[in-house]
Amino acid sequence: MTPDSRPQLWRLARIDFDRVRRRPVLLYPEGAMFINDTGKAILELCNGERTAGEIARNLGERYQSEVLSDVIEYLEGMEQRNLVVDRAAVAP
Amino acid sequence: MTGPRILNQPTTLLAEITYRCPLHCPYCSNPLEMTRAEAELSTSDWKRVFTQARNLGVLQLGLSGGEPLVRKDLEELVAHARSEGMYSTLVTSGLGLTRNRAQSLKEAGIDHVQISFQDSDTQSAEQIAGIRSVKQKRAAAELVRELDLAFSVNVVLHRQNLDHLNDIIEMAASMGADRLELANTQYYGWALKNRAALLPTREQVDASKAVAEVAIKKYRGKMQILYVLPDYYETYPKACYGGWGNVYILVTPDGRALPCHGATQIPSLSFVNVREQPLDWIWQHSPIFNAFRGDSWMKEPCRTCSRKNLDFSGCRCQAFALTGDATNPDPVCTLTPLRSIIDEALELNGSRPEYVYRHIEKEVVEPGVP
Repeated sequence: MTPDSRPQLWRLARIDFDRVRRRPVLLYPEGAMFINDTGKAILELCNGERTAGEIARNLGERYQSEVLSDVIEYLEGMEQRNLVVDRAAVAP
Repeated sequence: MTGPRILNQPTTLLAEITYRCPLHCPYCSNPLEMTRAEAELSTSDWKRVFTQARNLGVLQLGLSGGEPLVRKDLEELVAHARSEGMYSTLVTSGLGLTRNRAQSLKEAGIDHVQISFQDSDTQSAEQIAGIRSVKQKRAAAELVRELDLAFSVNVVLHRQNLDHLNDIIEMAASMGADRLELANTQYYGWALKNRAALLPTREQVDASKAVAEVAIKKYRGKMQILYVLPDYYETYPKACYGGWGNVYILVTPDGRALPCHGATQIPSLSFVNVREQPLDWIWQHSPIFNAFRGDSWMKEPCRTCSRKNLDFSGCRCQAFALTGDATNPDPVCTLTPLRSIIDEALELNGSRPEYVYRHIEKEVVEPGVP
């Protein structure tokens, strides 16, 4: 994952809010992953068009800080779990 | 690939909304005696159960059977699950998935459709399913892709199709599957009856492992491949359903709440019906859900084993089916002397008898018996 990557949330995953546990959750086949508000904000921007750099700039403005390395690290973790795909690296 | 678990808060409900099914697969994990339509839970029963499950913490809903498409209220159930905030998977043979139904299921909010295939080879697939079904399954898969629904292919593996693994993977990729589940047969119920015809050889298993590894890399980012080995060839048992009464609830067509699929085969257990008790009471207080929680019921070597929190002494139903005592260690585990039962089965598996097919309307007819 680099600033030029175009991360996309896995087609089969969906962000929801778990009203029982009162936290955002990523739902996908046979799985659920609890995420925090920052993770949710990142994943909501992962549409396969925006670059990781653009996502970081967007969030950096929102949080008034430099977040690129945190965003890349988070997305790499999600990519390892197959929950995020880098559209720039995968042929259509 | 699962997220963090919260102890004693279930995450998954498998709703077996009917046992009616057009297929007759000889490895079917449903009970030998199946419930008829009139005994099935009503629409309002199921909606109540879904809400109760959600309130308990369940996030994943499997709509299964039998063939769930035979229920005319499936769309209503899907819409209810979606409104409750659950991720719903339709577990289907594909038979009966017309364009109208697929469209209405999409509108109701189904998250994911899983279609079972029996083999890459049509003749072999239809021999396994016991009826002609491949054309309809392929048509169903096409519809699912056309409507842009999330799509998994599921193939149960065994001796007769394991050598076709590469073709099976290519078949799933060519159908545009997002995800491919390759699970080796579990030997309870029907499959145990047919074990001599289904259990693969060690050579087959080793070759298939290599094929799966290559394919997982090849399709990374395009099609997720899950490959589950046959537990008979494993060193340690599987953590069946994430541990008894830990994360999983199954409700049968007639309303019995179970910790796992095979529980009905353990005669010492008594079942509680969701018509009689709310799901939270069943989860917390019923004797059946508490029967194998913790470790006080375990025998040695499990009770003092360092792996007991990893695999929970394995599968209770397998322990019962193979030893007659559900509190025994799962014989798959190489740390127990009971492992000899598995090793004997592996040694004997050269024969290739006919399948015993399952039918809902008539008694089982053993092949060759008039």
